[in-house]
Amino acid sequence: MNLLEFFTWLESTGGSASIRESILLYPIIETTHVLTLALFFGFIGLMDLRLTGIALRDVPVTQITRRIQPLGVIGFVLMAITGVLLFYSGPLRAYTNIFFRVKMLLIVLAGVNAMVFHRTVFRKVETWDSALHPPRGARLAGLFSLLFWSGVIICGRMQAYKWFE
Amino acid sequence: MTMDLLAFFQSLEATFIGTKVRESLWMFPVIECVHLLALGLMGGAVLAVDLRLLGWGLREQPAAKLEAALHPWLTGGVAMMAVTGVPMFLSEAVKCYYSPPFWYKMGLLAVATIFAFTVRRRVARKSIELAVTGGGRLTALASLALWFGVAFSGRWIAFY
Repeated sequence: MNLLEFFTWLESTGGSASIRESILLYPIIETTHVLTLALFFGFIGLMDLRLTGIALRDVPVTQITRRIQPLGVIGFVLMAITGVLLFYSGPLRAYTNIFFRVKMLLIVLAGVNAMVFHRTVFRKVETWDSALHPPRGARLAGLFSLLFWSGVIICGRMQAYKWFE
Repeated sequence: MTMDLLAFFQSLEATFIGTKVRESLWMFPVIECVHLLALGLMGGAVLAVDLRLLGWGLREQPAAKLEAALHPWLTGGVAMMAVTGVPMFLSEAVKCYYSPPFWYKMGLLAVATIFAFTVRRRVARKSIELAVTGGGRLTALASLALWFGVAFSGRWIAFY
């Protein structure tokens, strides 16, 4: 079974149709997805701005990762659950959509960026915890995170438009 | 009076910016994207302070300090929302006229903005201690409810 066949099957399931055809379910899931953006991107963005040395410079980085990161993760989980449901409501529409594909790619890239950051520069965070300007690696990780997630938001919004199809 | 307002909205839709945005294939989507990015920016600035007033988030920092540090980001976010929101409104002013969520959003937006720059700002600036106060908690809940209402009704302009 290839991806297209799998998506076709997914779209034919009862759950997919019931979200797609519901007057209330779809708007509620979508609104939750959009509003959670403020929680997720708000907090991840705040962390990124600290890493780049732009905002909250006099707050130690570990305070932010300890207090803000878990809230961002809650946001991410909510985004993922509602996002999967939205995808499930119309897999074939997503399949042919270029913005959806780019969005998935950017999410992977954002994930890789976060993983690399945690496994490298962040390991020695005690040496730069209170630095007004974090080391180059941290600043780059923050910048890439901002760029990737902004791209995800833009592609997510553009998905509503059927360009290049 | 009602007709006058409708006529006014019709003339708003006929303005140069309204017409340009409506007739362009890409302008509305692009403005929408910036509107959403600003939502994220604003979200961080609002939530970090409100959650702190509730005793969550950056507990090692007093709310007053966070409010001072994040105020420019809130102002910038609100400004970005307005700069992108106005042309989108102009492009479909008549549709907005008939949309109940639009009117809820405008009402809540006015209250939320005034509240943010008066009561909430004053309460947060007085919170120089780490302890959570009843007044701070109440202010934060009101702020969260107001902004949630603005964002929620904003999204629902597309549905109704």
